[in-house]
Amino acid sequence: MISDKEIKHIAELARIRITEKEEKGLKKDLSSILEYIDKLNEVDTTGVEPLYQTTGLIDSFRSDEPRGEFKMDKNLNEKLVGQAPHKKNRFIKVKSVLERKK
Amino acid sequence: MVNGYSIRDIKDGLQKGHFTAEEIFKKYSEKIRKENKKINAYLSVFDYQKPKLEIRNSTLEIPPLAAVPCAIKDNILLEGKRATAGSKILKNYISSYDAMVIKKLKKRGVAFLGKTNLDEFAMGSSTENSAYGVTKNPYDPTRVPGGSSGGSAAAVAADLAVFALGSDTGGSIRQPASLCGVVGLKPTYGRVSRHGLIALASSLDQIGPITKNVYDSALVLGAIAGHDIFDSTTVPEVVPDYTKNLGKDIKGLRVGVPKEFFGEGLEDEVNEKVQESISKLKNLGCEIVDISLPHAKYALAAYYIIVPCEASANLARFDGIRYGHSSKEAKTLLDTYLESRSEGFGAEPKRRIMLGTYALSSGYYDAYYLKAQKIRALIKKDFDDAFKKVDIIVGPTSPSVAFKIGEKASDPLSLYLSDIYTVPINLVGIPALSLPCGNGRESNLPVGFQVIGRPFDEETVLRVSYQLEQAII
Repeated sequence: MISDKEIKHIAELARIRITEKEEKGLKKDLSSILEYIDKLNEVDTTGVEPLYQTTGLIDSFRSDEPRGEFKMDKNLNEKLVGQAPHKKNRFIKVKSVLERKK
Repeated sequence: MVNGYSIRDIKDGLQKGHFTAEEIFKKYSEKIRKENKKINAYLSVFDYQKPKLEIRNSTLEIPPLAAVPCAIKDNILLEGKRATAGSKILKNYISSYDAMVIKKLKKRGVAFLGKTNLDEFAMGSSTENSAYGVTKNPYDPTRVPGGSSGGSAAAVAADLAVFALGSDTGGSIRQPASLCGVVGLKPTYGRVSRHGLIALASSLDQIGPITKNVYDSALVLGAIAGHDIFDSTTVPEVVPDYTKNLGKDIKGLRVGVPKEFFGEGLEDEVNEKVQESISKLKNLGCEIVDISLPHAKYALAAYYIIVPCEASANLARFDGIRYGHSSKEAKTLLDTYLESRSEGFGAEPKRRIMLGTYALSSGYYDAYYLKAQKIRALIKKDFDDAFKKVDIIVGPTSPSVAFKIGEKASDPLSLYLSDIYTVPINLVGIPALSLPCGNGRESNLPVGFQVIGRPFDEETVLRVSYQLEQAII
């Protein structure tokens, strides 16, 4: 069973504020899913290389040239920055990252 | 099998002058206007827009996909149009570019009717996790259409679109296709570009067609497949004409039937229809071979580590800063993240992000994510070994027919079990198609037959499905 402390820690890492009610539900759901997942320990995987992707592609490079599809201009800037909930001119606005020392 | 126009019917109608491109589009728009509130397949609908068709030569032959009205799952970006991914966090997000598959379809002159409903961020098997209400199964409005591409499957089944695009990470094209009695194809991982698909699990996601018949599926696949410089996981392999050899007979083809796909949990009426289809394949000259996929039973557990882990990384971008919902309650930068995400995400994304964050966190990575990827390698080996003995693997797509809305909603784990036959295919990255194979004897609801092939062998998957489809009709 996941502890309260662990749930709070995970929520902080995930950057999601979890209400007390949600905390109870999540503890239960996560614990039951993790219990199901435990069956993977039945399998001996010593010496098995993990499979991260199935295409077998390695070093999918392309030439170091502009792809030409997205030309940064006022139009594209508007489409991108235009989506930001807080903006000023062609910039995205964020709350201060560093605190100003008085 | 499914009512209304197929892709060929549209071409035929246009060629013979029965209707114009605008008329057929408006016919579908009008039908959607009347019927969508009953089933909630569409989240947004579009006005008619004259397609900018690239005509290769000067013959009067109408290109096969020109003016064909289709529906697009709402996690695929269509420039200038809202893309919600079925979530409140993207309620007002307007796509800033076209997905590669949309670009390709636009080049073919396809007409877009609108965006369809899905489980939030494609997390789900019933479309009950959508923040915009569930989609109803056109066969029975008290039942789910399946998920996560429930809107797309329902739209095609109800003839509110000629075809649709969906996405499949653990069965999200095939399972709703099965529950709605339509054809759903998940291509090989790397066959179709994911550029412009709102990512769920980057090592598993694929976009694919949901259609009324196998020929249409082959046609759409040919249009959307191919290498893309914007998606480095796409392969350079040439895209063949998938419609060319559909009619070639399948005598002598070796068909594998895995015993693990016929165990506990499979409903009798589903099994009955699947066995009938296997017999039909035998009558078509196929050799039926019993095979075993010993690690298949671990696929679901491995999947429910890998997907939440990858999803937790992919959904980190929803931060209330660059796009999407931003909380008005936020006073600090940290609050912006905590509150926007808390307010914007539904229960299932929160659940999976938490699970993924836990499994990837310090001290747990080896026990969970790494272990799951090793199991994945073992599952792939099972399939590689099987494909030395057989050319195609078959079985049921879903363990049951469409279940009632609300039936599985309270227990996430029981919902996860609907994907038991589809999930191994995504882990291994191979192609698979769900073909309607008749209605269950008791419920009279659609049953889906799954046809699974070797990597990049969509041709054989489509050919076997086509031949079987002709034998079933």
